[in-house]
Parts: sequence; structure tokens; C-alpha cells
Amino acid sequence: MPVIADEANEITLENLWNTPEGHRVLSCMQCGMCAGTCPYGDVMEYPPRRIIGMLKAGELDAVLRSQSLLSCVTCYACMNKCPRGIRLTEVLLPLVKEQTFMQLTELPAELQKALENTDRYGNPLGESPRKRADWVKTSKVPVRILPADRKPTDVLWFVECYTAYHPRGQDNCRATARLFHALGVDFAILGHEEKCAGECARLAGETGLYEKLTDYTMKLFGKYRFRRLVTSGAHAYDTFIHQYKPRGLSQEVDHTVTFFARHLDQLKPKLKKKLSYTVTYHDPCALSRHNGLYEEPRQLLAAIPGVRLVEMEHHRENSICCGGGGGGMWLDTYYKMKGYERLSERRIKEALATGADVLAVACPYEVSRFEDALKTVGGDKKMIVRDVVELLAESLEE
Amino acid sequence: MNLLVLLKMVPDIVEELEVAPDGKSLDTSFLRTIINERDDHALEQALLLKERHGGTVTVLALDAPDIDDTLFAALAKGADRAVKITDAPEGMTTQTAARLCSQVIAGLPPADLILTGVQALDDLDGLSAAVIAQQLGFPYIGVVTAVTVNGSTATVLKEFAGGVRGEFAVTLPAVLGVQAAEKPPRYVPVAKVRAAMKSSKIETVPAPAEVAAAQIEVRQLAKPVVSSHAEMLEGSPEEIADKLVQLLAQRGLL
Repeated sequence: MPVIADEANEITLENLWNTPEGHRVLSCMQCGMCAGTCPYGDVMEYPPRRIIGMLKAGELDAVLRSQSLLSCVTCYACMNKCPRGIRLTEVLLPLVKEQTFMQLTELPAELQKALENTDRYGNPLGESPRKRADWVKTSKVPVRILPADRKPTDVLWFVECYTAYHPRGQDNCRATARLFHALGVDFAILGHEEKCAGECARLAGETGLYEKLTDYTMKLFGKYRFRRLVTSGAHAYDTFIHQYKPRGLSQEVDHTVTFFARHLDQLKPKLKKKLSYTVTYHDPCALSRHNGLYEEPRQLLAAIPGVRLVEMEHHRENSICCGGGGGGMWLDTYYKMKGYERLSERRIKEALATGADVLAVACPYEVSRFEDALKTVGGDKKMIVRDVVELLAESLEE
Repeated sequence: MNLLVLLKMVPDIVEELEVAPDGKSLDTSFLRTIINERDDHALEQALLLKERHGGTVTVLALDAPDIDDTLFAALAKGADRAVKITDAPEGMTTQTAARLCSQVIAGLPPADLILTGVQALDDLDGLSAAVIAQQLGFPYIGVVTAVTVNGSTATVLKEFAGGVRGEFAVTLPAVLGVQAAEKPPRYVPVAKVRAAMKSSKIETVPAPAEVAAAQIEVRQLAKPVVSSHAEMLEGSPEEIADKLVQLLAQRGLL
């Protein structure tokens, strides 16, 4: 069951012991499930178990100085496994991470650039905000851009950054637009007015930037009339549910995967082209462990004629993070310099071991992360990476 | 030690630049400005010196769109005072602006070191720091990549072409044109910038009435015209060699 972090913003490290969450932290029995399941638990100086121990002992400064939390990719594995139900990834670790971030005298260069870009241009890639909807010119179906055509829309499609700008992300956009069109959905995008939803800034510890982005996006949502928010971003979906809703977002929220899964009855007859693929699905942390969305993507994949689904050794709640969350997307060099294994490489080896020829994903970070990992482990001739929506669109009759 | 840093805004080239209908200036309708990268390095170098030797950092800038954000970010990073020069004439050349800034600097508390970027991408003139040094009668060193202060002198690394570096001793006060700070400019969390906006003020100084203007005017601003193309010669090496000889002969080069 997902846990709604509606009180997360009111908890600080100072008042922690006076909150219900603080009481839960006190109940920690130091069993080490968290550190054992943490993908970087073996290399962090202070993995979650020790952080709790240090916090109880009043020794948190040592944790902050160690910068251990820079290795937290906010994959929700520790929280998912904690027998005491401590909301590590939702409450405690972000608080510690924020303090680590504020005390850093030097940020890893790629993370710094990504955050500066997100603040200045509304996307971590440093692309022109005016070009955010340029991909629309390459869409096979019409895509309405709200600032140019303001009439109310049924679905407001929040495209998100890597989807809008990354060349492979734009494949996701074109596929999603075709699927909406095939289902006859009344949809529109925010065009150049859309900025990053901010979740990865928040989980990197840059909460000030997150607040700035949520203020902006909440105001933007107020400008237009729409019934449902659908996003291509797994982290955007997560933050709309857990952070924007307590801030007043009243519309229903979907990820593209949940939206198309709910429309599977209408979609299935249109999936006529047989795709003879053996597919293994990577559960993105933000959708799976944090929001319990295990079945929907698998239902969609199973609905594609010819697709045979196989599972990796670690799947569903035991899935291994791609390493892109919590700022990890921009910390690959930092981890490499520290001698850590890249999590995307660890994961792609599991995917290759299944013998599948397609790795299906549902988070825009994962396409580039896993395509890069396939090249570095020498598997790029054996496997391709496709978003679930790309596979669905491929199966649509032309 | 008192450090003074001059900051300037330049066009942000994340957007494609367009020439305005007057044919002499940039179209500003979609243009955003950003701190000149070298000035950001000059600020970083000043903050590093303050951390090592104590003292104060004052940032000084001509009024411009978005300049307040840049000045507050500088305060959040560790600058102590931000001063904005208001009502300066528009369209000044770098040299005129440098003379104007020199007059303002003369009215501020004396600085031991004045730092600014060695050049800015809008005109690549590279003369601001040199003109200020000349106006104030201070020594100048440009293309600086490291600074060590020892009492009343500074040891400065200056970069030359081909990776050559020279070490210079300079008597303070002096003016430095910074190429790169010893470390990349630091990150400042948004929360700290917002806190600086609440707790600090940007001081304003009116621009001096009389400034000797440089005798330069922009006559035309134009995008480079694409006029040439590459021609690929195909065939066996002998055929390609024959074609090449023919082409060179046609152009009178043989």
C-alpha cells in the first residue's frame, strides 16, 4: 500500500521526536533489513540502519559530513522492507539529505549543472524552454498545445523533461500521442509553459528549488481547465500523488501506464500487429514500490499479440533501482569515481540473463540509462530498450 | 582584505539569437540575460580569497534586467555587500562602461583587489578590467587562473596560449581579469537565495553624469551567411587524384 506523506513537510529533524514518525524511528530495532536491501548499502559509510543509530545517539553531524546520503537513490527499498514501518524514503532520509545538501561546499559537477539548469530553464538538460514542445512537429497525430488553444481539455498531459527533450524520450511522446489519438482521448499539453515537476530536485535535497517549481506548476494548473492529469514521468506521477495533492491538486492523476491500463478494453482490439518479442519488465521504483503499480504495466505488455513476458531475478517489490532517482541521474561520474558499480549496469546484467530481447521500462530516465548500460556491458546487440508505450504504439495497426 | 567584484549580464545563448529590425542590435523579445561566465569565476575567486584571508566581498553591477537575481545569488554565496549602478546611459561600449564604473569605484571604500571576468561573450572586448586599472592607476593582470595573497602583494597565475602559465607578483591594490577561478563556481541552494532576498538589501548608486564616451558605434549586426559547401570527390585514388589536379588547375592554383 502506498503511504501518503502528507505530513512530511511539517516534520523537521528538530521536531522529529515529537511526531508520530519520530516515535516510529525510535522503535527501530537495528535489524538491518534497510541496509541489506539498499542497493548502495554495502558501500555507503552510513547506510540507513546506521543513520538511525547515529540519529538516536545525537551524532547526526558525522553522517552529514560523510555525505553518505549522496549515495541514496531514493528507491524506496529500505522503506518497503522495514518491519517497523519507518517511512525512511518518505520522511527521514529526505530530511537528512536536505541537511547534507545544505552543508555541501562543493556539489558533484553534473548534479550542480542539472540543478542550475532546472532552476533556470525548467529542465535538467539545459535545453531552451521555448523548444519544449518542438517534438510535436514530428508527431504523426495532432497535439493541442494549451497556451495556443486554451479551451478546456479532458486530459492534461504533463510530458516532463526527458520525454520532451531527449531524442529517445521524444519516441515516447510520439507513441503516447498516437495511443491517445487511437483511443479518441481529448488531450492537450502545456507546451513551453511546462517546467520540471521537481521531484528529483526534492529527493536530491534541493527542497528550495522543489518549492519554487511546485509553486510555479500549481499556479499553471490553475490557469487551465482539465479533468485529469496524465504524465509520462514516473517521478512526476509520484510527486503529483504524494506532494501536489496535499498542496491542493484536485484532479485525478494518472501515469501513462495506469491510464492505458484502465482503457485496455478499448485499446486491446486496436493492438493488431504481432510483436514477436520476449520482454522483461523493469519496475521503476517510483511506480512500483512507492505506488504499488505492479500489475498495470504487465497487463499492458501481456495484451500485445506475440509478446512473451519473462521476469528478472529481482522483480516487483524486489526490483533493483536503475540508479537514476534522488539526483542519481546526474551522479554517475561521482559514483564511478568512488568506485561504485553503476546500478543501471547491475540491473541490465539481470535483464540480459533472462534471455529476453526487449527490456520494457516505464520511467523516462530508464531508456537512456539502460541503453548506455547495454553498451558498457557489451549487450547492445542482444537487447533493446523500449518504453511500454512505445511497444503499445508499435503494435497499433498502421 | 577588501575585495570588489564587477558583474555583468550577457545574452543567454540557450535561445537562438536574432537580430532586431534596426539591423544593429539583438532582438530582445525572447532574450534572457545571464551572468557573464568569467564574472561568475571572478566572484568565486573572491569568495575563495575571503575564505582564506577574511575580509569582505562587494559585488558591483550596472542595472540590467535580472541583475537583482544575480546580486542576491552573490550575497547568498557569501558576498557581503551588493551595489547596483542605476540610470546609466543605454548602449554603452565596454570601455565607456568601464570608465563609468571606475568613477563609482572611486566613491566606494578602497578595495585591495578588484576582480572581474577577463572578457564577456557579448563583445569579447576584454578591456573592462584593463581600462578600470588604467583609470584608477592600479596595476592590471589578465587571464588569471589562481591568486595567492601575501600581505601587500598578490601572486597571480596568468594563462598563455599552448598551456603555458606565468607566475606574476603584483602590488596591491590591483585589478585582475579572471579567466577561471581555482574551483568551478559554487552552487547556491534556492532556499539560501530566497533567504538573502529577505535579509539583505541591494544598495543603489546613481551613475555619474559625465562619462567620456568611446567613439565606436555599431553599424550592422548580422548572422554569418552560409556561403560555402564541401564537395566530396569519389572514385579510385587515381581518379580522385586526377579530379583534384583538374580542380586546382581550374582555380589557377597549379
